[in-house]
Amino acid sequence: MAEFFAMGGYGFYVWSSFGMTALVLVVEVVSLRQRHKALIQRLNRMAGVDTGIR
Amino acid sequence: MVINWFKYSSPASFYPLADRSIPWFMGTAIVLTVIGLYCSFFTTPDVLQDQKEYYRIIFIHVPAAWMSMWLYVVMAVWAGIGLVFNTRLSFMMATALAPTGAVFTFLALWTGSFWGRTSWGTWWDWDPRLTFELILLFLFIGYMALHAAIDDSRRADRASALLALVGVFCIPIIYYSVQCPDPNSLNCRALHQTSSLRSIESSILTSMMIMTLAYWMYSFAAVLMRLRSLILEREKGSEWVSELFGRMK
Repeated sequence: MAEFFAMGGYGFYVWSSFGMTALVLVVEVVSLRQRHKALIQRLNRMAGVDTGIR
Repeated sequence: MVINWFKYSSPASFYPLADRSIPWFMGTAIVLTVIGLYCSFFTTPDVLQDQKEYYRIIFIHVPAAWMSMWLYVVMAVWAGIGLVFNTRLSFMMATALAPTGAVFTFLALWTGSFWGRTSWGTWWDWDPRLTFELILLFLFIGYMALHAAIDDSRRADRASALLALVGVFCIPIIYYSVQCPDPNSLNCRALHQTSSLRSIESSILTSMMIMTLAYWMYSFAAVLMRLRSLILEREKGSEWVSELFGRMK
């Protein structure tokens, strides 16, 4: 296991690359979800009813 | 089966389609990523030609660089369609593509930097391909900034669409600039390797293709997520949105 993460001594470079890719893509999707949820809530409030649309 | 494509050129009919297809694209992206990562680390050899284990960055670097160029071209095409046919949805599509394009351009530069540090011994070089990839990032950011700076959304659409079209010149430069015949010549010098697609082992190629497909599926999902929010924001005063939210019960 430790050998796997060491990546032949290049672990820092490999995991910095894979880590940043994972971080950026997850942050993008989470922020897009939140933006849409907030928008739906606002439109529901404006309509004065809970339409059940998520 | 005949599909009436024009039906989906209006935001009102495209919205539910986008909304429904997002989970499918995201699900496919996750499955492909799991398979792709497994292949990247466990079915591929530990060395690639003269490169040691750090070469594994290839599995996220090359697909990210491809995506950055493809997404730019797709964005420019939608911007062009918007300018020619004056269709709102085409402009919205271009606007929805820009941030995801910027994300992949950044990732191509970031992962490339770490790969370069190990294989070339430097984080950055003003090599033509690297330089124009950086300009591509500025073009994506410039498109978003220009669009955000103009209050009237129709004018913002047109101005930023023009910028998107002008910026296409970067793509052939990024693609062809590595094919310099003599790397020691002063006139034509490229540090970046040429494409190694034809010479690499098939297991490496397969992993790369799976990761590329995963990135495509992810891009579809992310762009459609942004597009559905954009549609609702821009159409919130319209009949169909108030119908969707007001008279449902």
